[in-house]
Amino acid sequence: MTATITDLLLEASDVSKTYGAVVALAHASLSVRPGEVHALMGANGAGKSTFVKILTGAVTPDTGRIVVRGRERSSHSPADARRNGIVSVYQEPAVIPDLDIRDNLRLTQTPLEPFRRWLSELGLEKLNLSTLARRLPLASLRIVDLARALAIDPDVLLLDEITAALPANLTERVLQVVQRQGADRSVIFISHRLIEIAAVCNRATVLRNGETVGVVDVTAGSEDRMVELMLGEVVAALGQREDSAATASYRSGQAPRVEARELSDDRRLRDATFELYPGEVLGVVALEGQGQDELFDILAGAERPASGTLLVDSRPVSFRHPADAIRIGMVYVAADRAEALLMQRSVRENISLPFSARVTTWGWIDRGREGRKVDAAVNTLQIDARAGSEVRRLSGGNQQKVTIARWVASGVKTMLCFDPTRGIDIRTKNQIYVLLRELAAAGTAILLYTSELKEIQLACDRVIVIFGGRVVAEMPAAGADEAALLRAAHNLKPGAELPEEIVAATSVELAPVESAVDPGSAPSSREP
Amino acid sequence: MSAMATSMDQSRSSPIDTVRTFGRNNAWTLGLLGFLAVLLAFTKVVNPNYSLGSLSSTATSVLPLAFAAVAQAIVVISGGIDLSISSQMALTSCVAATMMKDNPGDGMAVLIVIGVLGLGLLLGAVNGALVVLTKVPDIVVTLSTYFVWAGFALLVRPAPGGSAAQWLKDLVVGPAGIELLPKAAIVLVVIVAVVWIPLSRSRLGISLYAIGSNPLAAFRSGVPVNRTKFLSYVVTGLVAAFAGLSLTASTGIGSPVPEPTYVLISIGAVVLGGVSLAGGIGGVFGPLVAVVVLQLIRDDMTFMRVNPNYGLVAQGFILIGVLMAGSFIQMRRSRA
Repeated sequence: MTATITDLLLEASDVSKTYGAVVALAHASLSVRPGEVHALMGANGAGKSTFVKILTGAVTPDTGRIVVRGRERSSHSPADARRNGIVSVYQEPAVIPDLDIRDNLRLTQTPLEPFRRWLSELGLEKLNLSTLARRLPLASLRIVDLARALAIDPDVLLLDEITAALPANLTERVLQVVQRQGADRSVIFISHRLIEIAAVCNRATVLRNGETVGVVDVTAGSEDRMVELMLGEVVAALGQREDSAATASYRSGQAPRVEARELSDDRRLRDATFELYPGEVLGVVALEGQGQDELFDILAGAERPASGTLLVDSRPVSFRHPADAIRIGMVYVAADRAEALLMQRSVRENISLPFSARVTTWGWIDRGREGRKVDAAVNTLQIDARAGSEVRRLSGGNQQKVTIARWVASGVKTMLCFDPTRGIDIRTKNQIYVLLRELAAAGTAILLYTSELKEIQLACDRVIVIFGGRVVAEMPAAGADEAALLRAAHNLKPGAELPEEIVAATSVELAPVESAVDPGSAPSSREP
Repeated sequence: MSAMATSMDQSRSSPIDTVRTFGRNNAWTLGLLGFLAVLLAFTKVVNPNYSLGSLSSTATSVLPLAFAAVAQAIVVISGGIDLSISSQMALTSCVAATMMKDNPGDGMAVLIVIGVLGLGLLLGAVNGALVVLTKVPDIVVTLSTYFVWAGFALLVRPAPGGSAAQWLKDLVVGPAGIELLPKAAIVLVVIVAVVWIPLSRSRLGISLYAIGSNPLAAFRSGVPVNRTKFLSYVVTGLVAAFAGLSLTASTGIGSPVPEPTYVLISIGAVVLGGVSLAGGIGGVFGPLVAVVVLQLIRDDMTFMRVNPNYGLVAQGFILIGVLMAGSFIQMRRSRA
């Protein structure tokens, strides 16, 4: 921070980007010194991926300057960014699956010799370059991607969750290579794993609500401060619930509605074990890609578990199709409405689809009965159905209400909500949470994954935290403030002193940063 | 009831709204009907001899194609396509004509008709099973079965021939009582209604739209996607058998060589009739009107002695023009 412009390898300042009404980035900045490994951090939706896309030319910012080696650059495509010395390894491998590795290299004009050298440094010297990319496991593809990026010899290497899909031994190799970069090259390192950041990074820039809220020198014990920066000011709860009676009742001798015992798929989910009781809303918190998607797919009958047992009402079940789950009242509400709705069809058809498709015989639909059910659901959920002839003309919030309404109309017993309020305005969000509370009060068991941590206390009775495919923590929602959840989600060993002590200890150091960016005034923004 | 339903269903609040909602939901088909009216007037101008009597011959000649378009519409709505429709028609038509020649008698003919409809279900089932089980793209599967059914048709009847029961021919030729009502039109409407109305009001019907509109959402909603896809081909096979029977009825024979243009025209009519090739949108009434429109355009060209080669070119341009105009209007409307 004492460095002048000329000392910096890369400087991005005043970068903003809005998507319609959604502010993804507001005056974010990033300064990377030559030779350093610099972490870019932020909670889900803080603007990290938008920032990465802007740096690599995939997205054009509304405002902002990007200076590399003292010269202002503007990149309009990843190829542009590469010419400007910025190369990135994205979260998803950027290889063409139907070409072999050699052709993939040719496609990006990557020199072969340095590629081979980096490959053996990374522990994959035995890789046959004539293998079709689609035949390689995901972990090897990540390594190939990384070796290719290094072979191009960039000024700035941008690694977005490079270690997420890697086994431990490869992770170690990658971290070693990242650390060993010379003084000419800087690395921007994005990871959800604080331990890795502590191990390899020199400094960290923290984003929150699309703004840069602080730059931290990474030293022993700085993890807590980074967590604190990611959180920002503890946001006052939107409306405190008083129905702790419901909270207490869920375990009073009742049998659990759903018991998951050591559920695993072969990839991300490992031995997930938990219980869900009738009448409770059980929150699920996890960083991206910790196996929560797979867990919900298994519970909803869209995927079959590789191992483990699932009991519903104390009976073991094995779903072969979502219809099997729906038949026993276990239903799925997706974050992505496009995954749940027939966009060109009417509200009526969308609501009635599950209960008309549910019965296995191809009978007549009783239109009168169907109509009454649909009307009742529309009224319960206060769906604004003026544009009812085509669901795609409804607002996102109303669309999500339709997906919930259909299950209410078809008699739900267990509702699996996967980030149901993603991209929905605050008013509708509250309506949806009130609705979930009402459903729970009526005896429905609700499993709620949300990427917005502050909503856990609003809507849930209890919360479980998933990390690395396992349930690593369980706590009552009352004690689950954002700090506790974020720590648990990063699988930090409970230091017991959070949050008050840390807040007190860091507030002095934080003061200059906080005054500079004025947290709390920024609207709660979500990346589209 | 009315208080409960206000937000959802305006169609119950007033008759004007009912009309408006109907108009909005069927705007494409209504527009196409308007185009048909203009075309009929144009036909009368270029061919003053065109009379109400000619209407029934138009109807008879258009009947097989109309069934083909309905068959295609059903499978396209559910997100698939069937290129084998015309050879299904040839095979069912040849089987019907050959068996009716070998087994004369009205009662026998009824049994044969029922048997041929069963054959149609079977052909559709084979198509559907191949598409669902092999995961080979539908366009490839049905292109292959196009040749298979065509081969079978030639085995059944190496040359055109056979015969049709008199009652079957009477069913589709000429007007029914008054001149305005061609028999073929009545047969068409009755059969399509018997197949389509129960279908569209059943769970299978909404499932067809669901898998065509968004297979993932349908799957998530508990719709058995593969079974529904299979059944869409079965129903298409049944309607294609009606198309084959109507060929036999209108020509009195069975011809083993499939008319390749039937497939292309059926797809053209489906698109012109407001069914999205991406699936999930449309119905069977639009394609029916579209078939008549396409037939009238061809007839008018004949009357006007347009060189048939130019006629083909013109037909293609008309198809593109109408579709572009329609899409343009829809785009404007959805923006407003």
